[in-house]
Amino acid sequence: MITAAFPARPLPQPGPLPNDLQLTSTGQLRHLLTVEGLSRELVTEILDNAESFANMNEKAVKKVPLLRGKTIVNLFFEASTRTRTTFELAAKRLSADVLNINVSTSSATKGESLLDTLRNLEAMNVDMFVVRHQQSGAAHFMARHVEPGISVLNAGDGRHAHPTQALLDMFTIRRFKGDFTRLKVAIVGDILHSRVARSQIHALNILQAGEVRVVAPHSLLPAHVEDLGVHVFHSLEQGLRDADVVIMLRLQRERMEHAHLPSEHEYFQLFGLTQRRLLVAKPDCLVMHPGPANRGVEIDSAVADGAQSVILQQVTFGIAVRMAVMSMVMGVRSA
Amino acid sequence: MSVLIENARVIDPASGFDGVTPVCIQGSEILALGEIPEGFEPRRRVDARGRWLFPGLIDLSAHLREPGEEHKATIASETIAAARGGVTTLVMPPNTDPPVDSPAEVELISRRAEQACGVRVLATGALTRGLKGEQLAELAALQRAGVVAVSNAQHPLASPLVLRRAMEYAATFDLMVALSAQDAALAGSGCVHEGAVSTRLGLPGIPEAAETAALGMILALVEQTGARVHVNRLSTRRGAEMVAKARADGLPVSADVAAHQLFLTEVDAADFNPFCHVIPPLRTQRDREGLREAVARGEISAICSDHQPHESDSKLGPFAETRPGISALETLLPLTLRLVEDGLLALPDALARVTSGPAAILGLTGGRLAPGAAADFVLFDPDGRTEISRETWLSAGANTPFMGWSFSGHVTETWVAGRPAWTMPIEVAV
Repeated sequence: MITAAFPARPLPQPGPLPNDLQLTSTGQLRHLLTVEGLSRELVTEILDNAESFANMNEKAVKKVPLLRGKTIVNLFFEASTRTRTTFELAAKRLSADVLNINVSTSSATKGESLLDTLRNLEAMNVDMFVVRHQQSGAAHFMARHVEPGISVLNAGDGRHAHPTQALLDMFTIRRFKGDFTRLKVAIVGDILHSRVARSQIHALNILQAGEVRVVAPHSLLPAHVEDLGVHVFHSLEQGLRDADVVIMLRLQRERMEHAHLPSEHEYFQLFGLTQRRLLVAKPDCLVMHPGPANRGVEIDSAVADGAQSVILQQVTFGIAVRMAVMSMVMGVRSA
Repeated sequence: MSVLIENARVIDPASGFDGVTPVCIQGSEILALGEIPEGFEPRRRVDARGRWLFPGLIDLSAHLREPGEEHKATIASETIAAARGGVTTLVMPPNTDPPVDSPAEVELISRRAEQACGVRVLATGALTRGLKGEQLAELAALQRAGVVAVSNAQHPLASPLVLRRAMEYAATFDLMVALSAQDAALAGSGCVHEGAVSTRLGLPGIPEAAETAALGMILALVEQTGARVHVNRLSTRRGAEMVAKARADGLPVSADVAAHQLFLTEVDAADFNPFCHVIPPLRTQRDREGLREAVARGEISAICSDHQPHESDSKLGPFAETRPGISALETLLPLTLRLVEDGLLALPDALARVTSGPAAILGLTGGRLAPGAAADFVLFDPDGRTEISRETWLSAGANTPFMGWSFSGHVTETWVAGRPAWTMPIEVAV
């Protein structure tokens, strides 16, 4: 008689997701799926941990053995250069083994379901998934169905969330501005399709930013956006007035094809950030962009490369923030 | 066979009768109510003391997945689930594979239904060939084959002109046109109501205007053509108001609402719950209350199940990639009766929305208890409980957001054409 080598696991059942999916019973980070619902203490803890990794990243030897022996899979269903490489670097600096899988050219095109992909990779005994997927809720779905002990980090799901991007943006703002409570932060552009904007809005509100603004035409704003805790502006001049931080969002060309906007030209005329427009903001206003920037569409090169721009620092800090999150979900702390 | 059912509380919403009285059944019909005719010798007597007897439910929208999607469900599996839920007649939308666009499919469906538990399955014919929205299907042939209405299910029509022509042609034969009020372009790739929840979850939304714009077009064309139109599954308060006004203006329009729309809202999908992925989407609390009020006033005269069973894999994936729909035949009666507990409707009025109301929309003689009417009825124990659980679930699709809900009362027997189609198993009767 043949006996099963492994105990049978229960069949996966679809269903609602528990509210506390990303936290352990003691409130520690288990997965990072969304910024929404995290406590101010936990967000601050992530930023504090990232601070020590940022200092380390400036040294000659940039590697620590915190995740030695751990296997991390970068599972990207959507193209990405910046996010994937900074996750990869973060994992390598923590001494983890990294596997990059670009699924858009792999089995998903052959009709394999997300669950099957997950099961096959789990069978290789991985410890963490970093996932980017075109569908909102994909990271939640994976977190619900992974084996206990495996962590899921959301590297962007549909229009829903991009938590590590928002955290690295908060890290950048905190580095340059310190206290959040007096800051006016303006997020400009395609809020409707932006997971980055949603995560930034949650993060800024958790950190009790003085005022969170969104600036866009009606056609690029989601329904009831004010319910997320933002002030809505339709004019860049008004939205930038006395701002301490301005975050420009990437405008995708397909917005013109689907009649959200008439042209890149008109968009730049109305919502493009130029040196002259920036004058209404505070003189030390930070200029940020999650990248990749469309120069001449949402931002003028002189601003993107100007003295107030911290766009490249965002990339640098992204590694430290991702190291912090990776080590926290694996239950280890930096020295 | 002749049967005498004694001591039941007989509730007939159509006549307003509500009282304990004997019911005599001869063959497939009700012979008499109230008094036992002289010389009536029943071969069987049923003592229904403490139980209610009311007409079997008529469900205006239930997908049975056969032919073409038998891996999800079959006519046999779903009619038994229907009978368990007190449904004795159900109307199948035409979007099977192949679609019901010729008499052959109508015959296939009625043959399969005859081999099943006895629940009456009424076919809806396709409005256009292959449901493609362009050329009309042979509507008169479909009518002769026995369809009760024609519909394009959730498939869009190529243009308002096609809709106008379809209405005019159907009106020629006094054939009812059943329509889903959702503008395909405005709905786009949406999978939830466009509002606070879609914004939070980053899911593409379906705006209220997808329903009201489509409804505006439908009502304008009803006025133009005089066609008899039934609107399936309203989801917005504004849509219900538009239908109410059109009815008040004398237009030949009726509407139904899916039972889940009277209990759930967009917030129920807020944790990416795939069981709340349904089209039209669950909307706001204000919409839910508006739909309830329209049901209470009778402006929406039917509650349907909008039964859409799925295999488990269809609901395993990121929300937008899961298949929309709720398996709902077994929750139609419990949810309708919950409206009575909620104080929205008196018991006979609630039952009317699932019996005489839909019968009137279809022009059927059923949905009532009267001498000469079909002996389609439910025996119901008001003191029992219906627990929605996987163990007792009969539909092949377990995709319901109501799993774990508990309801007052339960169906003990469902009779169709004078014979029990479903009897509660003894071991479940505690």
